Amino acid sequence: MFPRPIQQASAPAQTAYKTMLPIALILWLLPLIAVAVFSIKPASDFTQGNYWGVPGSFELFNNYGQVFFNSDMPRYMLNSVLITVPTVIGAVALSAMAGFALGVYKFRSNIWVFFMFVAGNFVPFQILMVPVRDLTLDLGLYNTKTGLVLFHIAFQTGFCTLFMRNFIRALPFPLIEAARVEGVAEWRIFWYVVLPLMKPALAALAVLIFTFIWNDYFWAIVLTQGPDAQPVTAGITSFNAQYRAAYHLMSAGSIVAALPPVLMFFLMQKHFIAGLTLGAVK
Amino acid sequence: MTTATLPDTDPPKRGWYKRNEIAVTPWLFLAPAILFFAVYVIIPIFQSFSISLYDWDGLGQAEYIGLANYQELMNDRAFEVSLWNNLKWLVCYLLAIPAGLFIALFLNQTVTGIRIYKSLFFFPFVLSQVVVGLVFAWFYLPNEGLLSAIVGWFGFGPVNVLGDPSWATYGIILAGLWPQTAYCMILYLTGLNAVDPEQVEAARLDGAKGWKMLWYVIIPQLKPATFIAFVVTIIGALRSFDLISIMTNGGPFGQTRVLSFYMFEKALSEYGFRMGYGAAIAVVLFLIMLVFIAYFLWSMYREEQGGR
Repeated sequence: MFPRPIQQASAPAQTAYKTMLPIALILWLLPLIAVAVFSIKPASDFTQGNYWGVPGSFELFNNYGQVFFNSDMPRYMLNSVLITVPTVIGAVALSAMAGFALGVYKFRSNIWVFFMFVAGNFVPFQILMVPVRDLTLDLGLYNTKTGLVLFHIAFQTGFCTLFMRNFIRALPFPLIEAARVEGVAEWRIFWYVVLPLMKPALAALAVLIFTFIWNDYFWAIVLTQGPDAQPVTAGITSFNAQYRAAYHLMSAGSIVAALPPVLMFFLMQKHFIAGLTLGAVK
Repeated sequence: MTTATLPDTDPPKRGWYKRNEIAVTPWLFLAPAILFFAVYVIIPIFQSFSISLYDWDGLGQAEYIGLANYQELMNDRAFEVSLWNNLKWLVCYLLAIPAGLFIALFLNQTVTGIRIYKSLFFFPFVLSQVVVGLVFAWFYLPNEGLLSAIVGWFGFGPVNVLGDPSWATYGIILAGLWPQTAYCMILYLTGLNAVDPEQVEAARLDGAKGWKMLWYVIIPQLKPATFIAFVVTIIGALRSFDLISIMTNGGPFGQTRVLSFYMFEKALSEYGFRMGYGAAIAVVLFLIMLVFIAYFLWSMYREEQGGR
């Protein structure tokens, strides 16, 4: 193990390490802690210039109540859910199939199709912006959740296929061959042999894509406008415009907007990290 | 091609699909993904190349003007500033890799509660860039911000990071480094977990320790993690848009624009709907990215050849 385990160090060094840990963490999360404190302060603190002192009163319920019952935030949150969930399902389904095809079958253009997905996943969004916006307008899907979902599914398929294909490659191939010898149809092999083995990959991708799509901002402002279709990342800017300089409300709004992926991460931590670090070890 | 080569015992009875099942199935499975990807990703890339040769406001008739958009770019001061800022982003963003390694080394212990520490250190990565941008924008506020408060305790006057043309970009990059470092950290923590303990012990017996151990024994074994950290950091740097849009909206005086932001401004914001000019900027950004994409694909290709 590297660095040398702290248990082998002298007692003062161990104590020093254990005191440094929380200090380092507080420094690391300082900007976030500041926002959390802002979100429970009363408005009067800000007008009186008490930005960093002790909160004048505890206004957690008032501030978050404002966000939930007195603004468009719930609508934006609902939009985000309605955009994110179908995208996760669509992208995972498409890429499970594509990953199966690329991971199991040997055909001449296999690696080129695979590289097309990988390369497409790396391109800057801006090169797609004008044509995709145009296409969405032509389809009559501008400023709809469907328009955003269709694009997200397509784009995320690149990353997901890379992920799925590498995962399927690592599965025991004799299993598939055995099924073939038995005369099992190819699509049944996918459904009954490969898919059950892919559960960890499906879970990892689902949480990752959920976070990526929930946090998307660029496409939200390119393809939608207004509270009918905009997700919460874009909505938070209009929310902030509405409550300009009301830092307690803006902070509470930001925390609410950030919460679902955070919950997702803490609940599904193992899958989340497995997904992010795929390929980080041989 | 790998069609079934069984002896023809019952050829006439089996249908075309049955005979070609192994060859056809992968394409059936690929079809929906390829269709979506082609329509929304591959074809638009080429369309952007073509649009960049036109003068077009997105609604009316597009007028073919050849390379005039690119000629205009050559003399565009704002384009030059954006290009330089992209370079700053690329170079500074790479600091996330050593910073992530440093934190990973710091946290790679087995004291009680270390798992919670690891998750909380990783936490910024899960936040949307919009929220990160807001959080840091408030942190930097000239009079009320925490940063000004802290330098105030040391007797310095208030600082206005985002209002200062020469510092604003670095201020935004620092905000971007926060989640990116967390990402690199988690990659390295996973990598450190897989470091071969026998090699470490053997090196220790040979008297290697500290920096020497890190440089000659540990870092070579972290190569796969470093590669991924490099890929995601480069891409993150060139994609930077959200933070700039939230924190400064390109200002002050357009000094924090990067290509991705400038492109959006030209094509879609109140400064006018110049789709052709925006597409030309996007093409330049794409070509820069293409150098890296080619390198990544080449590395992966070598890996594939060695792997199977």
